[in-house]
Amino acid sequence: MNTADQYLKTIYVVQKQEDGPASTGSIADALDVSPASANEMIGKLEERGLAEHEKYKGVRLTDDGIVRARDALQTYCIIERFLRNVLGVEEFREEAHELEAVIDDTVADRLDTIIDRQPECPDCFDPETDACACLEVAMAPVESD
Amino acid sequence: MSVSQRIASDDQLARLLQIGIVLEEVVEARAHHHSQSADADLDAEVETLLADAAEESADHRDRLESLISGLGVDSVPFDEIESLVDARYGRTKPEDFDGILYDQLCNEETAYKFYDDLIEGIEASDAEFSIDRDRLLETLRTIREEEAEGVSEVTKVMERR
Repeated sequence: MNTADQYLKTIYVVQKQEDGPASTGSIADALDVSPASANEMIGKLEERGLAEHEKYKGVRLTDDGIVRARDALQTYCIIERFLRNVLGVEEFREEAHELEAVIDDTVADRLDTIIDRQPECPDCFDPETDACACLEVAMAPVESD
Repeated sequence: MSVSQRIASDDQLARLLQIGIVLEEVVEARAHHHSQSADADLDAEVETLLADAAEESADHRDRLESLISGLGVDSVPFDEIESLVDARYGRTKPEDFDGILYDQLCNEETAYKFYDDLIEGIEASDAEFSIDRDRLLETLRTIREEEAEGVSEVTKVMERR
């Protein structure tokens, strides 16, 4: 997942949490980057027609941005479920964040063939727990980290 | 969350190599599943392609396992992955020839993309890993090359049909 998709996913989740435009500060905090870096990337997303930034209000994704953000969130959910249910990783949230930049959506689609994901994905993603709400230990883990 | 695309530690590298092993196991398990499918009625060319793919994946798995053993991490048992694949595919209708070849093409392309991203991530990282960086990159580049050849072979077979 490239950097732009990580931003789109984060903006989408923050928008849902804040029930409105996502503030630059919240986006920067969620991504652990400086507000200047966040502003720079938000500008690029605006240029590509994926987000709209309104001064003093925040960022809102366009329809195209929402489609890409939901795809990215789905890829993230696949990585989380794969780590938890196939590899038995306890710290799956932290590892998913570390690995998402290196795991492409085509690779995630392949990993998806061996996990049981719910049809409502990615609407099942719960920002409060930073995990899929349906995620459970559905099968015996292969390893016990 | 970091937006860095680098691979920063032994643990992260080991986890990615494990994912590579799982991808190879998926290829093996699916090739096996296709070969065993009673209704598939495979011809000799497809049979050979699947057998070669399974053999190559097993070889890649061995090489990846050798790398992660140097990082002190366990591998992922093939039986577990095979049963997961069977659980998902055992219920589906037998695929036709195009389906099997297309599936094999996706396998090879996905593996190529995975190793390409992994190599890029390692090259961009200045982390010191417990295993020799040159050996790591050489192994992964060789595997990536074989995946590229696999894509080419499957494409040729598909074009002839």
